[in-house]
Amino acid sequence: MTVGVEWYLTLAAALFTIGAVGLLVRRNVLVMFMCVELMLNAVNLTFVSFARDLNDIGGQALVFFVMVVAAAEVVVGLGVIVAIFRRRAGATADDLHVLKG
Amino acid sequence: MLDAAVLIPLFPLAGFATLLVFGRRLGDPLAGWVATAAMGGAFISACVTFAGLLEVEGHDRHDVQTLFTWIHTGPLDVDASLLVDPLSITMALFVTGVGALIHLYSVGYMHGDPRYSKFFVYLNLFAFSMLILVLGSNMLVSFLGWEGVGACSYLLISFWFERKTAATAGKKAFVTNRIGDVGFLLAMFLVFQTVGSLDFADLNEASLAAGTATAIALLLFLGACGKSAQLPLYVWLPDAMEGPTPVSALIHAATMVTAGVYLMARTAPVLAQAPDAATVVAVVGALTALVAATIACAQNDIKKVLAYSTISQLGFMFLAVGSGAYVAAIFHMVTHAFFKALLFLGAGSVIHGLHHEQDMKRMGGLRKFMPVTAATFIVGWLAIAGIPPFAGFWSKDDILLAAFHKSPVLWAIGIVAALLTAYYMTRQVILVFFGDERWRNAPHGDHVEDAEEAQHAADEIARGAQEPHESPWVMTAPLVVLAALAAIGGGLNLPFGHQFEVLHNFLHPVFGEALVDNDSSGVLILTLAVLAVAGAVGGLLAARGSWWTSADRPSLEPRILQRAYAADEIVDAVVVRPGRAVADAAAMVDSRAIDGAVDGVAALAQASGQRLRVAQTGYVRNYALLIAAGTAATLAWVVFRTIG
Repeated sequence: MTVGVEWYLTLAAALFTIGAVGLLVRRNVLVMFMCVELMLNAVNLTFVSFARDLNDIGGQALVFFVMVVAAAEVVVGLGVIVAIFRRRAGATADDLHVLKG
Repeated sequence: MLDAAVLIPLFPLAGFATLLVFGRRLGDPLAGWVATAAMGGAFISACVTFAGLLEVEGHDRHDVQTLFTWIHTGPLDVDASLLVDPLSITMALFVTGVGALIHLYSVGYMHGDPRYSKFFVYLNLFAFSMLILVLGSNMLVSFLGWEGVGACSYLLISFWFERKTAATAGKKAFVTNRIGDVGFLLAMFLVFQTVGSLDFADLNEASLAAGTATAIALLLFLGACGKSAQLPLYVWLPDAMEGPTPVSALIHAATMVTAGVYLMARTAPVLAQAPDAATVVAVVGALTALVAATIACAQNDIKKVLAYSTISQLGFMFLAVGSGAYVAAIFHMVTHAFFKALLFLGAGSVIHGLHHEQDMKRMGGLRKFMPVTAATFIVGWLAIAGIPPFAGFWSKDDILLAAFHKSPVLWAIGIVAALLTAYYMTRQVILVFFGDERWRNAPHGDHVEDAEEAQHAADEIARGAQEPHESPWVMTAPLVVLAALAAIGGGLNLPFGHQFEVLHNFLHPVFGEALVDNDSSGVLILTLAVLAVAGAVGGLLAARGSWWTSADRPSLEPRILQRAYAADEIVDAVVVRPGRAVADAAAMVDSRAIDGAVDGVAALAQASGQRLRVAQTGYVRNYALLIAAGTAATLAWVVFRTIG
C-alpha cells in the first residue's frame, strides 16, 4: 500500500477540522490559541503535500512564511494572554467582551 | 524731459516704502519731513515733465510711456503705462503741489499723535495712488489708482479708529464708494467688449453706437458719483470729516473727490457722443450743487459746512462737464483745490488753536488771536463766494456761462447755488472770526468723546493755554501760499480774449471736438457775470445782515436742513433695513435648510450606526463562527459553481 498525497491531504483536513471545531467550541483562550496553531499547521501540511506532488518548490517556500508569521503571532498572542492573566483570575474568552457594541 | 513722468508717482511710492520700514524709528517730526520731501520731489518731477511738454508742439502733446506689460492674455493687452498730456499733467501738477503743502501742514497738525508716522505712510500711499489714477494711460491702470485712493481714504477717515464715529464713517465711505466702483467696472467690461482695448486713446477715437456710448458714459458717471460725492451717493463725504483735517483738505476736498470729474473729462469724446448722458450729468450736477448748498447753510460744525460746500462745488464741476465745458470743469477743479484746501487747512488751524473745538457756535472773534489764519481764510472765503478778482469768480463764471448755453434752467439753479455759497461761507466767517468771543463761556473738552483727548485738553488748560493761539509756521506757511494761489489762480484762464485763456489753449488739444465751443457775445458774458457777482454780493449781505449781530437764529436753521433732509434716515429705510431683512432671511435659510441638510446626514449616520451596533457582541466565538460560516458559504458557492 502506497501512502499517496491523498493520505496527507486527508490528515491535513482532519487536523484543520479539529482546529476549527476546537476554536468554536472551547472557551479557554489558551486552548483557542492552540487550535489556531493547529489550523495553520494543517494548511502548512497541504502546502508541502502539493509541493511534493506537483513538484513545485513554491509550496514549501510558502510554508516558511507561514511559520515566521505564526511565530510572530504567537509572540503577540501569548503576550496578550499573559496580560489578561495578570488582570483576571482565569482566561475565559466570554469574560472578555469589552468591545461589545 | 518727458521721461521724468515716471518719477512723479515714484517719489511718493519711495516715501511710502521708506516710512513703512523706518517710519517709527524716524518718529515725530522726521517721518513727516520725509513724506513732505517725497511730495516735493514729485512736484519738481511734475514741473520738469510740464516743461518738457511745453517744448512739444500743441497737437503732439500726447506721450505714452510703457513701463512693462502688465496683463497679456488672449485679446486682452494691458500695459502698465503712463499717459503724459496736458490734462494729466495739469492734474499731476496741482495734486503734487497742493499735496506737498498739505503734507507740510500735517507735520505741524499731527504733532504729538501716537500714530504720527503711520499717518504719513497712508498719506504718501494716497498720493501715489492718486498720481497713478491721473497718469494711467488705460482704464485698468487708472482703476488701480482709483481703488488705491479709495482704500487710503478709508484708512485715513478712520485714522482715529478708537472713536466709534470715525470707524463707522470710514466703513460708510468705503461701502458707498463700492457702489460707484461697480459702475466703473461695468463700464470697463463694456468698453472692452465694444472697443477691444482699455486704452483711453482707443476709447476716445472709437465711434460708438449711440446706445453703447450712453451706457458707457452713464456707467462711468455712476463711478464718478460715488467718488465725487454726487446725488445720491454723496452721503459718505460729510461723515468723512471724522478724519484728521489735513485728510479732509487733501482727499475730501482738493484731490480724490475730483477724480470723478477727471474721469469724465478723460473720456470726454464718449460723453460727446451721448447727449442724453451729458444732460443727466448736468442735471445731477446742478441739483447736487443746490441741495448741498442748502444743507451747508444750516450746519454748525465748521468742517461739515466745508464738506457740504465741497459737494456743492463738485456739483458745479459736473454741471460744466455735462454742458461740454470740460476746460471750465478742470479750471474750477484747480481753483477749488486752492481755495477749498485753504479753507479746510484754515479750519484745521482754528480747531487746533481751540483745542479740538469744532462747533462754530462756540467760536467767534478769533481774528485777534489768529491773525494769519483769519486773513488767509478770508481770502479763501472771497474766492469761493465768487467775488472778483479772486479765483473762484472766474471759474464759476465760466461754468455758469456754459450752463446757460445748455439750458437757462440749469443756469438759474447754478446761480441760486452760487448765492447760497456766498451766504453760508459768509455765515461761517462771521461766526468763526467775528462777533462775540463765545468760546470763553463754553467749557472746553466737554464734547470730546474719549478720555485721552479730554486729558490732553485739560493739560493744555492747566498750562495756561486756554486762550486760542496761532498755529506754528509749518501750518501757516501753506495757508499763505494757498491764499496767494486762491487770490490769483483766476489768471489761469481769463475771458478777455484768446491769448488770456491760457488753460483753455493748453487743454484744447486733449478735448478737441468734444469741447462745446459757444460763441457768446460780449454783452451776454458781461450780463451773466454781473448777475453772478450780484448774486454773490446778495448772499454775502444777507448773511452779514443775519449773523453779524447774533449767532443764535434758529429760524434760519430749519431742522430739516440741519438733518440734511434726513438723507441718512432715508438711506437707512430704503437700503439698510431691506438689506438687513434680506440678510436675516438668508441667515434663516442657512440655519434651517442648509444646516438642516448637513445635520440630517449626520443624524442618519448616527441612527444607522445605533441599529448596527448590536452586531458587535464582543464575544470571540461569535466572530469565529461568522468567519467559519462565511468561509463555508464561500466554499460551497465555489464548489457549486465548479460542479454546476
